[in-house]
Amino acid sequence: MAEAQNIPAGSTTAGAIAVAAESTVATRMSAPPSFDVADFPVPHGREEEWRFTPLARLKGLHDGTAVADGTMKAQIDAPEGVSVESVERGDERIGKAGTPVDRVAAQAFSSFAKATVITVPKETVLAEPIRVALHGEGGTTFGHTVFDVKPFAEAIIVIDHTGDGVRAANVDILVGDGAKVTFVSVQDWDDTAVHTSQHNALIGRDASFKSVVVTFGGDLVRLHPRVTYAGPGGESEMLGLYFTDAGQHQEHRLLVTHDAPHCKSNVVYKGALQGQDAHAVWIGDVLIEKSAEGTDTYEMNRNLVLTDGARVDSVPNLEIETGEIVGAGHASATGRFDDEQLFYLQARGIPADEARRLVVRGFFAELVQQIGVDDIEERLISKIEAELQGSV
Amino acid sequence: MATLEIHDLHVSVEAENGAREILKGVDLTVKQGETHAIMGPNGSGKSTLAYSLAGHPKYTITGGTVTLDGEDVLEMSVDERARAGVFLAMQYPVEVPGVSVSNFLRTSATAIRGEAPKLRTWVKEVKSAMEQLQMDPAFAERNVNEGFSGGEKKRHEILQLELLKPKIAILDETDSGLDVDALRIVSEGVNRVRESGEVGTLLITHYTRILRYIKPDFVHVFANGRIAESGGAELADQLENEGYDKYVKGGATA
Repeated sequence: MAEAQNIPAGSTTAGAIAVAAESTVATRMSAPPSFDVADFPVPHGREEEWRFTPLARLKGLHDGTAVADGTMKAQIDAPEGVSVESVERGDERIGKAGTPVDRVAAQAFSSFAKATVITVPKETVLAEPIRVALHGEGGTTFGHTVFDVKPFAEAIIVIDHTGDGVRAANVDILVGDGAKVTFVSVQDWDDTAVHTSQHNALIGRDASFKSVVVTFGGDLVRLHPRVTYAGPGGESEMLGLYFTDAGQHQEHRLLVTHDAPHCKSNVVYKGALQGQDAHAVWIGDVLIEKSAEGTDTYEMNRNLVLTDGARVDSVPNLEIETGEIVGAGHASATGRFDDEQLFYLQARGIPADEARRLVVRGFFAELVQQIGVDDIEERLISKIEAELQGSV
Repeated sequence: MATLEIHDLHVSVEAENGAREILKGVDLTVKQGETHAIMGPNGSGKSTLAYSLAGHPKYTITGGTVTLDGEDVLEMSVDERARAGVFLAMQYPVEVPGVSVSNFLRTSATAIRGEAPKLRTWVKEVKSAMEQLQMDPAFAERNVNEGFSGGEKKRHEILQLELLKPKIAILDETDSGLDVDALRIVSEGVNRVRESGEVGTLLITHYTRILRYIKPDFVHVFANGRIAESGGAELADQLENEGYDKYVKGGATA
């Protein structure tokens, strides 16, 4: 990247490493996690966790005025051996992986009618992905989905969001001991959709988890991918890719809580922005608790600003309560595709639009290759091409 | 035979207190096979000439003409100029993150040649050009100019010159910041291209050092935004001994 010297106007790239007895990750929130929406005050927009989000565009998800009046067409393709159940609130598997951390997630939890529980039995290795296609047909919907991947099972899970609507949801991913899970969430909404979701992954002993979050569409998308460890030896890799267009707000707020020893985490999020008032927010929190000796963690966010008028807020935050770790680091950089780069490529005969494509493709290429789900990789590449054909 | 004709070229840049004229009527004709050295003190406008010919948006042409074989170069976009055969080796090549050298070279060669080079011959071509410039093959997988040393950047520029085979090559202070070994390697690269007899070279430099390796047919002294004196190779020797004082006194800014 063209690093710090090239930070566009209006972007912030602040970071912090705190060595603290008391977690600021927890105290920065305006209320402790809860399943009850009433435990959260209605945000006014100046709270730490809301200060980047345009509340007025949340369509009432944050203040209790949103009602479940919409339709979300769901199609679930589950390979043989996988069970799909619709369960009542109160099922013990619901909420086991994590608790809502903000009012919107708690609203989703308090408002969903029935939850979907998808279970991969013990030691089952799936040859095909589990695919959940959610197509919004307008109005507001709430959802809760639990993926329960039992010990030593292997699964790829793809949730694909398309269409229009206002969606607030929680997704629990229970990764059993020794299991391997790739979880992909694609936000390919129409440009009018609003989507908030908290992804809670609980990683079993010696299990490995890969989260892939891909955000292209939506008027406002605000996601909380979160990981905690249920035992030692777990590994998680969290990859994210977003392409933020004019007027879009795309916010990714990650938290990895290292609460068990000898676990690893690696976070890489990359975004490209173009157009007036394109706004990307990336918050990357990593908390290494006192018990988490032998932790190895790294988080990185890279942004590529393609035009004037776009804004990036990127805030990595690493909090360490034990010195007995293997490694911990973070990096954030926002660069812009500037006139000099364009001139250089053009001076070698490459037309302007192709020069831009070359740079953006190169920027995302390495990350796309790490996804490991062929059809998602192909779709991403063609999506990126389409975005570049669009408004530039 | 390709001919670049610059006639009464005036160029200005936007400065804090309005437009400032930097080139004040440049006349120069460069023919295929010829090598012209343009020498001059800092701030005389040498680099402005180079970037204006390549079409950098920072510079505004306020008067004059530039033609390549009769075609109006000033009407062309930056990439059109490159495809017409104008090549600028930059003094400060730009980093392009995320784009590997091999991808960049192939994309560029495809654009310049009008079709993608055949993969098998292309790989050989690049490999041998890199060997001659003593570039590590690992270079091809690095991002364009990212983390390159000064010498590596210049070799990479000359590598492009060799692969793209322009009609007119403008070398903007290619010698600056190079040690003797690197200067020799880079100069040999330029000479290989010159020996083809198919390129007209405009060698812009502050120092006479590079002229020991690349023999010019013509030497022009650039001062105060125009060519102050033209001559043969002997003019370089005179500059070597006397410096630019004689030309700077005329009022050029340092």
